[in-house]
Amino acid sequence: MATPVRPTEKAGSAPRSGREPGRWAGLAARLRPRATFARHALLALVALVVVVLLLELTGPFRNSQFATMSYYAIAAAGLTVLTGLNGQISLGHGALMAVGAYTAGLLLPAGIPLLVVLVIAAGVTAVVGVIVGAAASRLKGPYLAGATLAFAVAVPGLAIHFDEALGGEQGLAVPSPRAPEWFADAVYFLSANETSSAKYLAYVGWTVAIVAFLLLANLAASRIGRIWRAVRDDEVAAELAGIRLSPVRVLAFTVSAACAGLAGGVLGVVVRLAAPTGFTIVLSISLLTAVVLGGLGSLFGAVLGSALLVFLPPAVTNLGASAGLSDVQSAQLAPFVYGAVLILVILLAPGGVVGTVRARWHARTTAPAEAPEERTGRS
Amino acid sequence: MLQFVNTLLTGLGQGAVYAAFALALVLIWRATRVVNFAQGAMAAFTTYLALLVVESTGSWWVGLLVALACGLVLGAGVERVVVRRVGPHNELGAVIVTLGLFVALQALASILFGAQFRSFPAPAGLEGFSVGGVTVALTPSMLITIGAVAVVLLGLVALFRFTDVGLRMRASAFDGEVARLLGVPVGRMLTLGWALAALVGSLAGVLIASGSLVWPAYMDTVIVNGFVAAVLGGLDSPGGAVVGGLAMGVILALVTGYVGADLVPLAALAVLVAVLLVRPQGLFARTAARRV
Amino acid sequence: MSAPATTAALRVTGLTAGYGPVTALDGVDVAAEPGHITAVLGANGAGKTTLLRTVSGLVPARSGSVHAGDVDLTGAAPEKIARAGIAHVPEGRGVITELTVEENLRLGALLGKARGRADTAIDDVYTMFPPLAERRRRDAHTLSGGERQMLVIGRALACGPDVLLLDEPSLGLAPRVVSQIFELLRERVEGSRLAVLLVEQNARSALSVADVGVVLNLGRVVASAPAAELAADDALRHAYLGF
Repeated sequence: MATPVRPTEKAGSAPRSGREPGRWAGLAARLRPRATFARHALLALVALVVVVLLLELTGPFRNSQFATMSYYAIAAAGLTVLTGLNGQISLGHGALMAVGAYTAGLLLPAGIPLLVVLVIAAGVTAVVGVIVGAAASRLKGPYLAGATLAFAVAVPGLAIHFDEALGGEQGLAVPSPRAPEWFADAVYFLSANETSSAKYLAYVGWTVAIVAFLLLANLAASRIGRIWRAVRDDEVAAELAGIRLSPVRVLAFTVSAACAGLAGGVLGVVVRLAAPTGFTIVLSISLLTAVVLGGLGSLFGAVLGSALLVFLPPAVTNLGASAGLSDVQSAQLAPFVYGAVLILVILLAPGGVVGTVRARWHARTTAPAEAPEERTGRS
Repeated sequence: MLQFVNTLLTGLGQGAVYAAFALALVLIWRATRVVNFAQGAMAAFTTYLALLVVESTGSWWVGLLVALACGLVLGAGVERVVVRRVGPHNELGAVIVTLGLFVALQALASILFGAQFRSFPAPAGLEGFSVGGVTVALTPSMLITIGAVAVVLLGLVALFRFTDVGLRMRASAFDGEVARLLGVPVGRMLTLGWALAALVGSLAGVLIASGSLVWPAYMDTVIVNGFVAAVLGGLDSPGGAVVGGLAMGVILALVTGYVGADLVPLAALAVLVAVLLVRPQGLFARTAARRV
Repeated sequence: MSAPATTAALRVTGLTAGYGPVTALDGVDVAAEPGHITAVLGANGAGKTTLLRTVSGLVPARSGSVHAGDVDLTGAAPEKIARAGIAHVPEGRGVITELTVEENLRLGALLGKARGRADTAIDDVYTMFPPLAERRRRDAHTLSGGERQMLVIGRALACGPDVLLLDEPSLGLAPRVVSQIFELLRERVEGSRLAVLLVEQNARSALSVADVGVVLNLGRVVASAPAAELAADDALRHAYLGF
């Protein structure tokens, strides 16, 4: 597979170095790795400022929506790295989020600090990811999709079977941590706002998200990221170049699973519940919708996609209600739109939002004759 | 002993349905190299239509016929309108599109038919036959299920082995370019393949619903079990799909009977992983099949 | 070259085609006459295979035209071109290995025929290639290279075509088998209304069986003459035909 994906870091630098060859290009090339990481750090800082502005300028309802968006964004980022950069599809990411959420639900009541719990949730899920990834590393396309689908359907059954520890159908209540004093003081100092629980959780979620994005962006720009893309684009060539495919695939799956676990942990504290009904196939497919719509392989696309998952359901539900549908029926409009979006994006704009915008941009800035080449990234 | 025999019988009854479902997946895989993850949602949709007909006419058989006819139309429509446009060799795109159909159809079913549980009548009695004073878990309904699957299976074998259309369909599936050079309208054959597969999937949908409950997601586990059955038999082998389906039915019935129903999906996953690691081409694949 | 007035079984005029930025065929004129074998020769990459694939509709023509008799087939779909009486035996991989020998032949024989006539068409192939008759119930992947070539040629003939496009039938076959197949082909064409367009890298044996030769180089026709004349032209042979 290879949907027309371009690594994020190329967007800015490629045209520039293309235009002034010679001395400066050589210098730029030598400085490039460090410049890339510095740019990522700068972007993270900008993102943090944007998050603070958004959270301080909006009320508790929006704050809780942003909290929800943070865990979707983390999970989608993990999935976009797996599918976009390494070419593996996973329908199991909803189930992997369940692992993170249940881990948080089991550890938080023991009085372990939230950040430690989140790290453990990511770690435990990464271990599950190693196992699933190892089983999946030899599989491709539909086989991989089917196997991860089977995984996604199997995991909620475990929660029901071991109901004494995991709460069965009802699920596991996850205590929601309170904002520490210093945090509330800091927010008050900054904006004279009181810190609601939703706001605290949104800050936690987005801080975690920004750190995760920073790590993923650096990983994608590093040698490992290049190897992932090499395996995605042409396995045979990668193998001939001395890359062993299985460990590469397992690593990608593990990193991706760790993100899902982290996201699951955040979900647990935001929703205050880890229950089997929260982690259905539809969750996995919504994540897939988010990354496909945003543009496979693009971290920024993952943020766009997760915004869709948060802000679309209330919008279409209202639309449905005003069209005379019942609440239950209106609630189903969101998954219907997800499905339609998946189909339409693949058929009409396989690059997703980011890929399509980038292709338009390239078509305008480079010679028109080169434009059609954008759509041929398939093997 | 009796419990064991009953478990086996129940398993074979379920297995017949998985076999039909796996067969539907195999038909499409052979024709277009796509695993149709929307198969379950499509079948659920046509089963709801059948339920409407059964409730208004009171006849299970008319309902079945309507489901089969709608399946035929839905399958052809999905191939023409969606799948064909994905383009060849776009494996990931094809998977994503069928997943999109899956959620969209399932949500649409909830919107149109309601999300609550509804009971679907059985074609015949659900009381087990009595053998020498002991009641066994073989019911008249189950016989109809097994019979219907057998009829469809034999019909497909006859179609593919003994008719010219079947020959053209097989040629289109194995080598589309050569088939076109021999004047075969390959596009039409692929549409027909999807239509037939959706018909078989609809049959599985109605059979599994009969005497039980339907809700929009009731086919979710059937998709997984059917997929595992198809992989178990080899995605390229229709005969393998049937054997794989029966085997899955028995295995899962044993797990339900002796371990716990909640762990059935986990057992399916275990079977799938075992097959993929040990014999990824499936148990019944004839040769190392043509890889595209 | 302007189109002559006689109605050839196949007439290709000014055909241009290619892949992406590559132009593989550049204004090619070729005709195939009933009862004649026309050999299309040239080095690797000369455009021979593209010529056949464009004629049968697998590669879209950018300009130029393809006529079978009076019928304009330019831009038609491959299955329609096949039904118009042009049978294409593609290079190296025409056998559908998952089907039996007889099923492969039936597929050809079914083209626009009723069942009974299909059976006679299959029997004709068995008469022409007796080894196939012995293996009729076998899966085609069990056949040897020579038998596979017989099968695809037989299958194309079972279509009852007016024009037969043969792409590298000698590829990977022992010289004795090649001459055997070419002899059978010659017998079949002689005095019939079948026109054959034979693409070959093996120019020597192709010219020995053909009536007319056309030499392609880099997508253009560089020579077109009776086969004997081409074979006698030393300069041409050395430059383009490698013997």
